[in-house]
Amino acid sequence: MENQPRKELVVSAIENGTVLDHIPAKSVFHVMKILDLDNIENQVLIGTNLDSKKFGKKGIIKVRDKFFKNKEVNKIAIIAPSATLIEIKKYKVTYKKQVKTPTEISGSVKCVNPNCITNHENIISKFTVIKNPDGEIKLECRYCEKMTGKKNMEFI
Amino acid sequence: MKNRSLVSINDFSKEEWIKILDLANEFEKNPTQKILEDYVVATLFFEPSTRTRLSFESAASRLGAKIVGFSDSASTSVKKGESLNDTILTVSNYSDIIVMRHPREGSARFASEVAPVPIINAGDGANQHPTQTLLDLYSIRKTQGTLNNLHIAFVGDLKYGRTVHSLVAALCEFNTTFHLVSPVELKLPSYVKKHIKDKNLTYHQYTNLKDVISEVDILYMTRIQKERFSDPIDYEKVKNIYILENSMLDNSKDNLKILHPLPRVNEINEDVDTNPKAYYFQQALNGVFVRQALLTSILGVK
Ligand SMILES: [Zn+2]
Repeated sequence: MENQPRKELVVSAIENGTVLDHIPAKSVFHVMKILDLDNIENQVLIGTNLDSKKFGKKGIIKVRDKFFKNKEVNKIAIIAPSATLIEIKKYKVTYKKQVKTPTEISGSVKCVNPNCITNHENIISKFTVIKNPDGEIKLECRYCEKMTGKKNMEFI
Repeated sequence: MKNRSLVSINDFSKEEWIKILDLANEFEKNPTQKILEDYVVATLFFEPSTRTRLSFESAASRLGAKIVGFSDSASTSVKKGESLNDTILTVSNYSDIIVMRHPREGSARFASEVAPVPIINAGDGANQHPTQTLLDLYSIRKTQGTLNNLHIAFVGDLKYGRTVHSLVAALCEFNTTFHLVSPVELKLPSYVKKHIKDKNLTYHQYTNLKDVISEVDILYMTRIQKERFSDPIDYEKVKNIYILENSMLDNSKDNLKILHPLPRVNEINEDVDTNPKAYYFQQALNGVFVRQALLTSILGVK
């Protein structure tokens, strides 16, 4: 442990579980919310406004003894497309990759348009993922064609 | 276009729009042709829209098709809670093509995914109404002889009017110069202006109708609804600026034509109706020919 660089020690290491690194500092609590991390029993370590060469200020979330499912990773990719997903088993990194933003998502987000047919009939919502030049993500409803932005994104 | 649904104007290419307009022109010359006698057209109006329904049914009738359907969901199984999925699948058993209007946005796209027969969207909430756009293009081309390089003014509620949004987007394919006349509260939204900017076309914005009349080839009028204003005083301030009167047309171009998607309330004074530049009633009739062209193209008869 003594040889680890200081930045690694800001939020302490975990034996088993998942680390979400390179989260934009302003999105840390949003990511917590969509993953429902305030309602789980696992230990959660959070760091925010940490210095990062790449991002200026970044956030990091470590969840002990938890590995996220595809559906959850997709949510992270929408809220924090720059995030790196790191899985750790027995203090060893077993997986490390930037989350991949899907081109289409279905069934996990509610269309923001209250008059959209998907909010009135038993229809699975489907969106095309649109990435702005600034990296922000918006979802275009396949049915009503309205955009759902990050701010009013409601996961289901 | 055979067997393809028309939900949004972009489901067909520019070349296909032109084919529809050319075919509509043939139907204008010879509107009664019994070429759809073996076909059943369903018209499902989940909300009433007498004007649009009659136009489709007139188009189908002149071609000899049989028509089934309903004009208002109040008297049908939909009222009893039947899902859109079930209604569409059931009606598909009885018809070769479905024309539908529905108050919810996205309903027509969903129907086109579940139906084994093609769907023509006759309006899904505030979203799309592609046959209106095609009949507008037809009316513009017919009166000007071309769709290219025209000066077109849109007047009134440019913020909420879906008719305006999809026509503006379509006209961006024809090097149009746009003249946008509206109260500040009802300006064209930026996501529609983006189409104009993407094509590097010119647009001018005005708040006074008088400033634009002598500049343009087409004056496309729309209704301003009082309920769009958060403050009724703002409405009172602007409502009369956007009323077109015959005397205002004195210095307009000879080729000017006035369009309106109808119904109008008071934004075009009745003294304009007898001016040869008034085209809105003919525009509505053109809808029948355009719908004949669509029905026959999608059914693969023309
Ligand atoms: Zn939607």
